[in-house]
Amino acid sequence: MEDKLIRLTVNGRDEAVIIQPLATLQDVLRDTLELTAVKSGCGQGGCGSCSVLVDGELRLSCLTLAERAEGAEVTTLEGLNATNAIVPLQQAFVENYAAQCGYCTAGMVMAAKALLDRNPAPSRDEIVEGLSGNLCRCTGFAPIVRAVQQAAQALSDTGEEAS
Amino acid sequence: MSMKELGVVGRNVGQRDLESHARGQTTYYEDVHYPRMLHLKMHRSAEPHANIVRVDTSAAEASPGVVCVLTHEDLPGKKVWNGLAAVGVGPEDEPILAFDKVRWRGEPIVAVIGESAEAARAGAAKVEVEYDPLPGVFDVEEAMSGEAPALTAHWPNNHYIYPDDHAAAQIRFGDVEQGFAEADHIVEDKYQTSPIEQAPMETNGCIAKPGGDGRITVHTNTQAVHFARDNTAAILGLAPGKLRFLGGTVGGGFGGKVDVAVEPISVLAAMRTGRPVKFKYTREEEMQVSSTRSAWRLFIKDGVMNDGRIVARKITSYQDSGAYLRFSSYGSMKHAGHMPGPYTIPNVWVDARVVFTNRPPSSAMRGFGVMAASFAIELQMDKVAKTIGMDPWQLRLLNAYRNGDMRAHRKVNEDAAMVETIQAAARLAGHDLPADYQAMTSWDRKAS
Ligand code: FES
Ligand code: FES
Repeated sequence: MEDKLIRLTVNGRDEAVIIQPLATLQDVLRDTLELTAVKSGCGQGGCGSCSVLVDGELRLSCLTLAERAEGAEVTTLEGLNATNAIVPLQQAFVENYAAQCGYCTAGMVMAAKALLDRNPAPSRDEIVEGLSGNLCRCTGFAPIVRAVQQAAQALSDTGEEAS
Repeated sequence: MSMKELGVVGRNVGQRDLESHARGQTTYYEDVHYPRMLHLKMHRSAEPHANIVRVDTSAAEASPGVVCVLTHEDLPGKKVWNGLAAVGVGPEDEPILAFDKVRWRGEPIVAVIGESAEAARAGAAKVEVEYDPLPGVFDVEEAMSGEAPALTAHWPNNHYIYPDDHAAAQIRFGDVEQGFAEADHIVEDKYQTSPIEQAPMETNGCIAKPGGDGRITVHTNTQAVHFARDNTAAILGLAPGKLRFLGGTVGGGFGGKVDVAVEPISVLAAMRTGRPVKFKYTREEEMQVSSTRSAWRLFIKDGVMNDGRIVARKITSYQDSGAYLRFSSYGSMKHAGHMPGPYTIPNVWVDARVVFTNRPPSSAMRGFGVMAASFAIELQMDKVAKTIGMDPWQLRLLNAYRNGDMRAHRKVNEDAAMVETIQAAARLAGHDLPADYQAMTSWDRKAS
């Protein structure tokens, strides 16, 4: 197997990257493009800290072969702040103290965004289900769930998108 | 002072780095990138207790992408160490890389440095170690029985002796035997806690980057950056000024990132190769190899009067340190310091021992030594209440320490709040207390 050139769109920008065989999307995002909000708590699909959107779907970048993202549109947490303004979903995390060390936060916010994009008015159970692939060891899940509830409320009040 | 005049108490205070977390802007140790960075992986002991007969690194050295292989022979300074040696704790007992013997499964033996994490991993898997297995011991009481193999020559009976020649962290207050003789009831039990992994979401790791002047910059997620720097310098025989340690946001620690487990060998690898070296624990290493909270075994014996007063408490406890000392002697002192719980008891006897077994070395975790003490003491309080047929809330209120009481450590209590806390908890839980128990305060023992 040989190194290979792939093209993909990341946070709205066209990128061409050379990948090694079996490189993961996480390797490309973190190490090649230096989008370091993408974390690596396990590298084996167990923690959700590496969550990103691929063509709008929530994906674990550590389990996604980079090759499979050829031509895809990828969004990382950094991609939510195209105008540098904080978005309501992030603001809800801040106001609800939904992070301590912050290591899980990028994955949590991306999982929440994926949920709100497809279901703008989720029940509490649906939020818990939507975040069930993401672990946090510091904060406890209650403030995180409250943050997503607040974000959903804010969206229905303003009719805006999550981010 | 009224609440209005307080600037912080009773108000919401913003968390400094929350917005940066929510925006993904916080920088953790591994968020810096260096070109030509190497990766370090460890070949670890497959045996819990064995003599090392032979270590063959030739296949690892020949493995594609492997740049450098380090064994104990490459260590320029210390071969064994203890993190608290600088403050007089010892003897230094833990090999940086195992040489003659391994004493726990997972003990580091050979470091393999490669062009990629995968190359280093593949190389480390090719290190060959021939073992002569020894019987192991995995239970604290068996370890001390006299029939178990001694782990090191330092501790013939596998238990730690404090520098002042005491076999345990001890409390002697009053006369427990007399207390037992006078008591209406004797309540005894044995308690056991488990080793618990801190399990931070970010595993232990660091990046060591050589710079000019022979200085090395280390990006690390240690919880104790100066401690890690000084220990790394001492282990490698370097002037501390040669090392520039950069800490920063730690992706969860909970006591699991104070062992200086990754920095010394990474600095040595950077010195040897002249290139940046990253050593990041895999999730499996974090769970299997990084130190856990110590498991504790406690024996508690109480002498109790019919009215609920505890008049004597005797505790013997064994902290399972695992194969090496690390910070366990300090942990057992904190453990003993927490005895006999937040209660005023006139006769107290405590022996808190540190014991060595062929388990992974244990270390700090939130409330070092204290959790196991509270766990056992509060279970014992419930057992006492049940034995004498008393409401467990009232038993605790009756025995709770008051201001002015002499504690077993011979320190007069000054800031008691236990009585009021239990009363508030009872109100919140809807548990009715009799009027005389509601009237108790931390300032007045007469109410009881
Ligand atoms: S790093 Fe991808 S799930 Fe943990
Ligand atoms: S905030 Fe630390 S893991 Fe979630």
